[in-house]
Amino acid sequence: MRSDPAEFELVAPESLPKALSLLAENPGAWLPIAGGTDVMVQFAAGKLPARKLMSIWNLGELRRIEVLPSEIRIGAGCTYTDLRGDKTIAKEFPLIARAASWVGGIANQNRGTLGGNIVNASPAADSLPALLAYEADLILVSVRGERRVAYRNFHTDYKKTQLAADELVRAICLPRRFLGYLAYTRKVGTRNAQAISKVCLAALGRLDAGVIADVRIAMGSVAPIPIRLAETEKILTGRRVDSALLLLARKTAATEIRPIDDIRSTARYRTEVANNLVAEFLGRLGASGTRP
Amino acid sequence: MIAASGKCEVTLRVNGEIKIVQAFPMERLLDILRQEFGLTGTKEGCGEGECGACSVLMDGALVNSCLIPVLQAKGASIVTIEGLAGDSRARALQDCFLEHGGAQCGICTPGMILAAVSLLNKNSEPNIEDIREGLAGNLCRCTGYIQIFEAVAEAARRSAVT
Amino acid sequence: MRIIGAQLGLKSERIVGNPSPRKEGRDKVTGHARYVDDISLPGMIYGATVRSQIPRGKIKKITFGPEINWNDFVIVSAQDIPGKNYITLIVNDQPCLADGMVNHPEEPILLLAHPDRHILPKAVAAVSIDYEPIPAVLDIDASERKSPVIWGADNIFKSYLIEKGDVESIWEKADHIVEGEYFTGAQEQLYIETNGVIAQFDPEQGVTVWGSLQCPYYVHKALMAVVNLPENKVRVVQTETGGAFGGKEEYPSILAAHATLLAMKSRRPVKMVYDRAEDMTATTKRHPSRTRHRTAVSEDGKILSGEIDFTIDGGAYATLSSVVLSRGTIHAGGPYYWPNVRIRAKAVATNTPPQGAFRGFGAPQSIFAIERHMDRIAQVVGLSPVEIRRRNFLKPGQTTTTEQPVNEQIDLQKLLDRALELSDYDSKKLRFAKENQVGTQRKGLGIAAFLHGAGFTGSGELYLASVAGIEGRADGSVHVLVSSTEFGQGTNTVLCQIAAEALDLPYEAVGIAQPDTMEVPNSGPTVASRTAMVVGKLVESAARKLKRTLRDRGLLGETYTPEEFRDACRKYVSAHGKFREFARYEQPSDIFWDDQTYRGAAYAAFSWAIYIAEVTVDLLTYRATVDDFVALQEVGRVLNPVLAKGQIAGGVAQGIGFALYEKVEWRDGRMQNPQMTNYIMPTSADVPPIRVYFHELGNTYGAFGAKGIGELPMDGPAPAIVNAIEDALGLPFNSVPLLPEDIFDALTKNSAERDALLTAGPP
Repeated sequence: MRSDPAEFELVAPESLPKALSLLAENPGAWLPIAGGTDVMVQFAAGKLPARKLMSIWNLGELRRIEVLPSEIRIGAGCTYTDLRGDKTIAKEFPLIARAASWVGGIANQNRGTLGGNIVNASPAADSLPALLAYEADLILVSVRGERRVAYRNFHTDYKKTQLAADELVRAICLPRRFLGYLAYTRKVGTRNAQAISKVCLAALGRLDAGVIADVRIAMGSVAPIPIRLAETEKILTGRRVDSALLLLARKTAATEIRPIDDIRSTARYRTEVANNLVAEFLGRLGASGTRP
Repeated sequence: MIAASGKCEVTLRVNGEIKIVQAFPMERLLDILRQEFGLTGTKEGCGEGECGACSVLMDGALVNSCLIPVLQAKGASIVTIEGLAGDSRARALQDCFLEHGGAQCGICTPGMILAAVSLLNKNSEPNIEDIREGLAGNLCRCTGYIQIFEAVAEAARRSAVT
Repeated sequence: MRIIGAQLGLKSERIVGNPSPRKEGRDKVTGHARYVDDISLPGMIYGATVRSQIPRGKIKKITFGPEINWNDFVIVSAQDIPGKNYITLIVNDQPCLADGMVNHPEEPILLLAHPDRHILPKAVAAVSIDYEPIPAVLDIDASERKSPVIWGADNIFKSYLIEKGDVESIWEKADHIVEGEYFTGAQEQLYIETNGVIAQFDPEQGVTVWGSLQCPYYVHKALMAVVNLPENKVRVVQTETGGAFGGKEEYPSILAAHATLLAMKSRRPVKMVYDRAEDMTATTKRHPSRTRHRTAVSEDGKILSGEIDFTIDGGAYATLSSVVLSRGTIHAGGPYYWPNVRIRAKAVATNTPPQGAFRGFGAPQSIFAIERHMDRIAQVVGLSPVEIRRRNFLKPGQTTTTEQPVNEQIDLQKLLDRALELSDYDSKKLRFAKENQVGTQRKGLGIAAFLHGAGFTGSGELYLASVAGIEGRADGSVHVLVSSTEFGQGTNTVLCQIAAEALDLPYEAVGIAQPDTMEVPNSGPTVASRTAMVVGKLVESAARKLKRTLRDRGLLGETYTPEEFRDACRKYVSAHGKFREFARYEQPSDIFWDDQTYRGAAYAAFSWAIYIAEVTVDLLTYRATVDDFVALQEVGRVLNPVLAKGQIAGGVAQGIGFALYEKVEWRDGRMQNPQMTNYIMPTSADVPPIRVYFHELGNTYGAFGAKGIGELPMDGPAPAIVNAIEDALGLPFNSVPLLPEDIFDALTKNSAERDALLTAGPP
């Protein structure tokens, strides 16, 4: 353990308004920590730059799942275990439920939070592609009030987000309109469990009379931020799934991703596997004959 | 309430007993358990939440205590391997680990048993896939897991009968 | 002296061969077992190590940063060493602390101690060292090129030459000459408990060290030299050890010396426990290897002759490389008959942290090569992997590469038959051939046939001159006295079983003393799969001696109850005092080994095995996963079926890691992935069903017929798995670890091949 706890402050405001006041008093001074599954690893490695931390773990306001007619709102403090245990998520947002089951082991699922995954903003984070596929919105909150942003725009660069220095993510909103879609997600990691992802794909698709009516393809670990393959989605929409389309999809996807060589894998491998996953998804979509 | 820098007072329940500790808020729950309370059954294997040797139950949920600042355990109920002495599921697991060779060097064993208790608490009839998943956060370098699976499956059967 | 697990009472059945419960098991499953970091001594402070950041160079200046209050610290450098500044092992070339010169990243330079454990990392970071870097070598190729020479005259720690028969004239007679080059990477032992010790010094008593270690007497010997104290002023005690696998064979001597130096300077007990990153970057790993085969083969697939070139990378200092090399060299021919062979082997120096012992100890490396090579030979000759092995298996009466005759009735044909049956090999081969025509999964089966010599090589056991003891105590209990340590493999249990069997006592009546150099004799290091076989035999002998002594004194009849035995011990002790009997190792008169020519009986006994791996390679992700694994071995006698199965399953899991997951990423001689998140070992979600089967032929030289089994399972999985992957894909792979990225690169070297493999459209 390479950090000295004596050099750190950790406070635990008792309510969300109190937490927001503290952030507002001194924006950027306090690092929020929820389940700690990212922050505490950095801390133990002696690599945590922050010296003042603010615990948001016990804030009940952040840990609700609200089911509204047109959307669900997942509190940012919900753990992966919370997500896995929710019936609506299991039924209508299987990409989220699957991603939650990939995180670490059960112990880390009991502590890691969706908000933490988002704000930590690792491009390899398991749940982020699913959020992109589901067109999530985030509700950000500060003493100045609430604002709603499209998750699609939230990540601006490697580990940089739109979150202001005095803001917290309050909730993640997912529109309830994907029930009829084919949901496909796959993570390729270093092993079957407790694996950091080398490539991750979360995709949704719907056929209408055999033709792709709507398709969303989101990927992690292939760019500095999690991305939607917008160009690929464009060339797919309105087409029938056949081998020509698969080749075109692979080619287009390869132009949209920018994977790197790193300690876990190579750019070449990531590109190839990303293409293969896109093809596998399209193959399933083509075979599904789903209706809205 | 905003705590001043320096140590803070944390009250928590450990193995059924109320404990009060003066600690820096960022001290790891793992270190508090081991150094302050002398409960050395919980082990450190990696310090990064990968190996599960530090697993405990916190308010009934399996967690890696090396990743929990003690301030976040305020008011929580912690169960360590020592606290399982009266738990019949744990006893069945311990007996089965001994009978089936689930423990070799033993360093992963406390965490592994906590994980197995957590699994059986949620799912009293796990199949092999459930067992694999339930223990996937606990690394064992000695056994290759095979006899651990057998031990957990047998303990589940025994717990179901009683 | 702590005694583990003696209870009096309860009669039990025949003990050896039964699943007697783990002696220290109850403490382990209840969390009461005490490992070194669980222990605190009054006044104890903590130690840390300042290490080299470069692979090779001169130390020009050491600066202590102003942000730390250095007065609160104990600081030790090479200048503080009272005795010799080296760690006694074989060559004594490894400094205890670097003095002016560093030869590898992470080499220890200074030691710091402080009462607050948390302050140490900052203090270590505050020591800045200016170096004058010197050109380094970082791999086998550079070392061979001697660019530059970094050790001795030629970078070679040790070399061996084995020559059998006439190699040269055979090349012309060969119908086929098959060549191959095979590589294995470094592998980290990754015991879940890191290295740790507590050292204490008292001017009267001397030094005491408690620690997580395999060989208390190795540490004892090394400490005597460093602290310049006689043997009765140095005491080493093994604490409950959370895994070792060879990684705590020689390394703890270094850590013990360090903690001791701090304890001597501070006059306080000092605990030093490495965190995971330090343990991974600074301590020993498995030697990387390169093996080149050139084999003359007849038309009908028989090995006529061959040249084997086996090279291992030992890191910066000699440590145990000569012995790892020895074992790898002797096993390089596999379980096959070589009428003629030349094996050239060498261990070379590089400026990387010294490599060391890891389960298998050279054999996994050379066996990977020969087993891959056999499949290659099979292809060239046009035979199946099964048939090529059948035609070359050693038979009783034939000699090994070192001209050791196989004088037990091992029938490898039958063993192979059984393995094939257990793995459903034939029908699966047919099925996979069909299934592999379509879809994106490719399935394959692979075989590894191998042997593993138990005990020290050649005259090693003679040289060790191990002693084991048995004590009958005043309360009538019996205790085994050995320096052999428990670290999960079952030492405590098996030795108590043997003693209980030999004494006709219940298992519960026998305990085993904590390995403490003050209390137990030197039964040799706990390595080389020798504990059950060699030390067990000594325990058996000592036990029989004890019984005989009681009988000779008229205190015990021909048959007796446990109560009568207890009584006899009590009487003996009150009449004569301490009651201990010892047995010393005697080299069997029919074992001859020539160290000069490296010829003769290399080991007292070999275990034999056939492993079969079933794999799937996913062509979308290029991941290879093992779906089923059959591990069949002949081990002499299974002393405890639960423990034995555990050893094999655990070894196979490590072998799977060696084959498919565990890659050390090197840069400038330093490990770049020293975290459990980045150095990948199998989780419970990654191991296949591992099906373990035993065959027992007995062993004259081993306790109750036992041979060694601890390391055997490390040899087979990697070649079996890579053979299976080649079977699945039709492409050869000659290097482990074999990662998906490597499989992908090989498959797509030829893009036409790649497209052909991915014939499937939408599934």
